[in-house]
Amino acid sequence: MSLIEITEVRKAFGDNEVLKGINLDVQPGEVIAIIGKSGSGKSTLLRCINGLETINAGSIAVAGAQLLPDELHLRALRLKVGMIFQQFNLFPHLTVGGNVMVSQTVVKKTGKAEAETMARKMLDRVGLGHKFDAYPDELSGGQQQRVAIARALAMEPIALLCDEITSALDPELVQEVLAVVRELAAEGMTLIMVTHEMKFARDVCSRVVFMHQGRVHEIGPPEEVFSNPQTAELKQFLGML
Amino acid sequence: MSDFSTWDILRNLLLAARWTVVLSLVSFIGGGLLGTLLLFMRIGKVSAARAFARYYVELFQGTPLLMQLFLAFFGLGLFGVDVPAWLAAGLALVCWSAAFLMEIWRGCVDAVAKGQWEASASLGMGYLQQMRHIILPQAIRIAVPPTVGFSVQVVKGTALTSIIGFVELSKAGTIVTNATFQPFTVYGFVALIYFALCWPLSKSAQVLERKLNVAHRNH
Amino acid sequence: MAYHFDFSWIPDYSGVILKGLAITVELTVVGGLVGLTLGTFCAWGRALGPNWLKPIVGAYVELIRNTPFMIQLFFIFFGLPSIGVHMNELLAANIAMVINLGAYSAEIIRAGIQATPRGQFEAGASLAMSPIQTFRHVILFPSLQRIWPALSSQVIIVMLGSAVVSQIAAEDLTFASNFIQSRTFRAFEAYLLTTVVYLALAVLLRAAMRGIGVIIFPRRRRA
Ligand SMILES: Nc1ncnc2c1ncn2[C@@H]1O[C@H](COP(=O)(O)OP(=O)(O)OP(=O)(O)O)[C@@H](O)[C@H]1O
Ligand SMILES: [Mg+2]
Repeated sequence: MSLIEITEVRKAFGDNEVLKGINLDVQPGEVIAIIGKSGSGKSTLLRCINGLETINAGSIAVAGAQLLPDELHLRALRLKVGMIFQQFNLFPHLTVGGNVMVSQTVVKKTGKAEAETMARKMLDRVGLGHKFDAYPDELSGGQQQRVAIARALAMEPIALLCDEITSALDPELVQEVLAVVRELAAEGMTLIMVTHEMKFARDVCSRVVFMHQGRVHEIGPPEEVFSNPQTAELKQFLGML
Repeated sequence: MSDFSTWDILRNLLLAARWTVVLSLVSFIGGGLLGTLLLFMRIGKVSAARAFARYYVELFQGTPLLMQLFLAFFGLGLFGVDVPAWLAAGLALVCWSAAFLMEIWRGCVDAVAKGQWEASASLGMGYLQQMRHIILPQAIRIAVPPTVGFSVQVVKGTALTSIIGFVELSKAGTIVTNATFQPFTVYGFVALIYFALCWPLSKSAQVLERKLNVAHRNH
Repeated sequence: MAYHFDFSWIPDYSGVILKGLAITVELTVVGGLVGLTLGTFCAWGRALGPNWLKPIVGAYVELIRNTPFMIQLFFIFFGLPSIGVHMNELLAANIAMVINLGAYSAEIIRAGIQATPRGQFEAGASLAMSPIQTFRHVILFPSLQRIWPALSSQVIIVMLGSAVVSQIAAEDLTFASNFIQSRTFRAFEAYLLTTVVYLALAVLLRAAMRGIGVIIFPRRRRA
């Protein structure tokens, strides 16, 4: 059974239809890279999967449960699916440890000690255990993004959505974040990531989705998509034309 | 009646200034409490409450404080025979301060980046949890300087209560003027006492603002 | 006990009300035009002016912003005659409005000037403009545009604040309602009516300021 089932999803902002019937099934443990031009609807698709945008038509199901736009269902969904943002969006008024603990204690009602143990474990996993008491503005961009990953992992999601998580980083900081993602992929985490890192997509992903004008234009294993693009649009996007 | 020395004038004014301070405190604290209530109505999810808070602000920011004082004074008078000036003064100033504080604070809530809402939502937090743990703590930090700044408006606003007969610094100024026939000296002193009350507040608002901006730049 | 509202006096006093309204509008327009001009000058003085001017403007701005409008008005109208400066109520009210709005708008406009990107000053200089020319032709309009909403709010605050000029017997809208209540003993109704008129004025003034903004800042996007 698919872990995430996206069926005929449509989304419009006013009369600008951004997603025009998206179909995508993601199996447990798959790593999906979404590529495509700016404005093709990549972010919108991820945001729909996380319930940050409400869809106009179609359906999204995660682990068999339908995504419905009421607070109860949204919350259940978000406990299963975490999201990492381009701009990190760490909570500036909380320490690194506080960032990782707050949703556990508030949403899951985990005890403080237990939440802290989990937070330390997750921060160690992204190599930032020693920054537990620092504030976000004392960290580099790469470190902040790794904290954001630890924060999402602490909720023990079954899948992670990553929207251009290295795009706001200085070039020399990109690798440290990608290394963390690579490890997650190796451990079997289901990942859907919008990315411009083609080399990374080729190495790590099980499938690549090329989006064009609100549709899934091409989809397939990375070797095929990158070496043997079928459509003129993808060829142009890859700089082969 | 020129047996009033300068010291007599100043002493009388300073004694009356106590009531300016007391009324300012009452108005500011009362306005803060009512303003908090209105804020939650304004940013909450009940549309009737939102509309109420919006019109409340329109009304109190769109009419003179002096009229609000008159209406409180004569409006309360419709119910009982004798309305003490302090009651009407306190009531009007609390309602007026609440409108401004609510608007200031709403701006601060709006100023919290949209990403903070999204990140906390993606972690499964509900509206109240987002407010309580993520949005308000940040909004309160940025709200401090403008809130301190508004306290200056409250202190100055209390001057108008002299018109409905509350005896504070301005009223004392008029009384002492009538007794001494030295309006230049008396109103000069009155202005200086107000300045002494307000300027430290203005200055601290400025300093707090600057500190906050520096803290922000460290991001 | 049910209170009986009585507005039957309105026709008899409509002339008084209109005259009061005219005075309030006059105070606002003059205060607005002259006050904003003064404010612009002071903003320039405090942000970019010569060093001897800065503390003078600073003292003026701080003094006005930290004392009540009513006391400024009393000082001008009751206090100044004792050093030989006499004037009638209306002139005193106008002067007080100008001085008050001048100080507040100076601070607002200064914030707009200081938010100007450095490059704008340098671009002006590189085109061989003098600092004053750069200010006048390059800096001023984008600065005003930046803070126009805040400036509009301040003009409205000053308009509403003008209600206290009735206390020196300048015959504005509030004076009219005081007059009516002393004749009809219908204080609550008199003030209620005036309050509604002020509210309408505030709404109109906001619209007017927005309109003026659209006219003097024609589609210029800020950098
Ligand atoms: N909240 C919104 N309101 C209105 N239009 C929006 C909104 N969010 C996105 N859009 C529009 O939807 C379209 C797709 O946007 P989206 O952010 O999904 O693109 P993207 O593929 O992620 O592009 P990029 O690579 O630049 O991030 C764009 O035309 C954008 O203007
Ligand atoms: Mg995007």
